[in-house]
Amino acid sequence: MRRRLGSADWRVSLSAVVLLACCGVGVSQAAPAVSLVNKKAPEFVRRQLNGRKIDLATLRGKVVLLNFWATWCAPCQVEMPVFAGWQSRYGAQGFEAVGISMDDDPASPRRLTAKLKLNYPVIMGDEKLGELYGGVLGLPVSYLVDRDGVVRAQFKGEADLNTIEAEVRKLLSQP
Amino acid sequence: MNMGLVLRTGAAAALGVALCALVRAPAAAQWALAPAAASTIPASQLLQPEQLNLLLHTKGAEKPLVLQVGSHVMFAEAHIAGSEYAGPGSQDAGLQQLRSRVGPLKRNAFIVIYCGCCPWSHCPNIGPAYKLLHDMGFTRVKALYLADNFGADWADKGYPVESGR
Repeated sequence: MRRRLGSADWRVSLSAVVLLACCGVGVSQAAPAVSLVNKKAPEFVRRQLNGRKIDLATLRGKVVLLNFWATWCAPCQVEMPVFAGWQSRYGAQGFEAVGISMDDDPASPRRLTAKLKLNYPVIMGDEKLGELYGGVLGLPVSYLVDRDGVVRAQFKGEADLNTIEAEVRKLLSQP
Repeated sequence: MNMGLVLRTGAAAALGVALCALVRAPAAAQWALAPAAASTIPASQLLQPEQLNLLLHTKGAEKPLVLQVGSHVMFAEAHIAGSEYAGPGSQDAGLQQLRSRVGPLKRNAFIVIYCGCCPWSHCPNIGPAYKLLHDMGFTRVKALYLADNFGADWADKGYPVESGR
C-alpha cells in the first residue's frame, strides 16, 4: 500500500536538495577543459611584435612549438632562452618556435624579447586565441605541433624542459 | 521524534558555524605580517578553492567581494563567476585600480582576492594586492590559494566560471 508523503518527507527532500546544492552538485557552470592533443592545431594569422604577419598555416611541414607566456610569468622567463637555443640548434631541421604573449599590451613583451634576444616570432595573444587553444588559464603553456599541423603534445605549467626537447627531437625525426 | 531530521538540522547548523568562523577571523591575527610575496601571506588568511566554492553556493552565507588581481587577458577568458577585475597587482596602475574599487568600502568588508596566473610561489600580483588592502586598513581579506593556476585549481574542478572583460 502506498504511503502518502507527509510534511516531514518534504522537509527531508528539501534538505537533501539544499545539501546537494551546497556541495556544488549540479550548480557549477564551468566550461570543461579542452585537450587539443591529436587534433589539428587551430589556425591563426597575427602580427608579430616586429610588425610582420605570421600565418600558422604557412608553417606546415615544420615542427612548431607554440609557447604561451607573459612578462610577469617567472617560469616563462626560464623557458624562453631555452627555446631560443632550440631554435638555433634545430631550426635547420624544420623546428620553429612561436611565442604568444598574454600580456595586456605589447610594450613590456617588446622590451623583454629584445633583452632576451629571442630569435623566433612573437605575437600578442588575447582571450580569443587562448580560448581557441583550449583555454589558457595559467602560464606557461606550450603546444607541440607536428609537420602535418596536428597537436601532438601539450605542456601546462612548469614542464620538464628535457621532456619537451625529447618530444621535439622525436617529431623532427618524423617525415 | 524524527532523529534523521534532527541529525540533518544539526549538520546544517555546524556548517553554518564553520562558515562564520571562516569569514570572521579575528582582525588582529591577520596583520602580523605585511607581505609583498605570495608565499608570505599568512596561512590563516588563505582560502582553499573548495572553501570559496562552498561559500559562494551556501544560501545565507555572507558573500565576499571577489576580485581578480592578475592578468586582464586571462580574466576575460575565464574568471570566478561574479568576480570583478582589479589588477594587475604587480603594476602601479593595477594597484590604483584596486585602490579605487575598494576605497569606498567599509574597512570590515569581506574581500577575497585571487590571481592564478602561474604557480602560487611565483605570483607577482597577489602579494602586493594583499599588502595594499592591509595598508588601507581592511580587516577581513582572504587570498584564494591557487597552487598551480586558475585553470588547474578552479576551472578544471568544475567550479563556476564566466568569461568577458
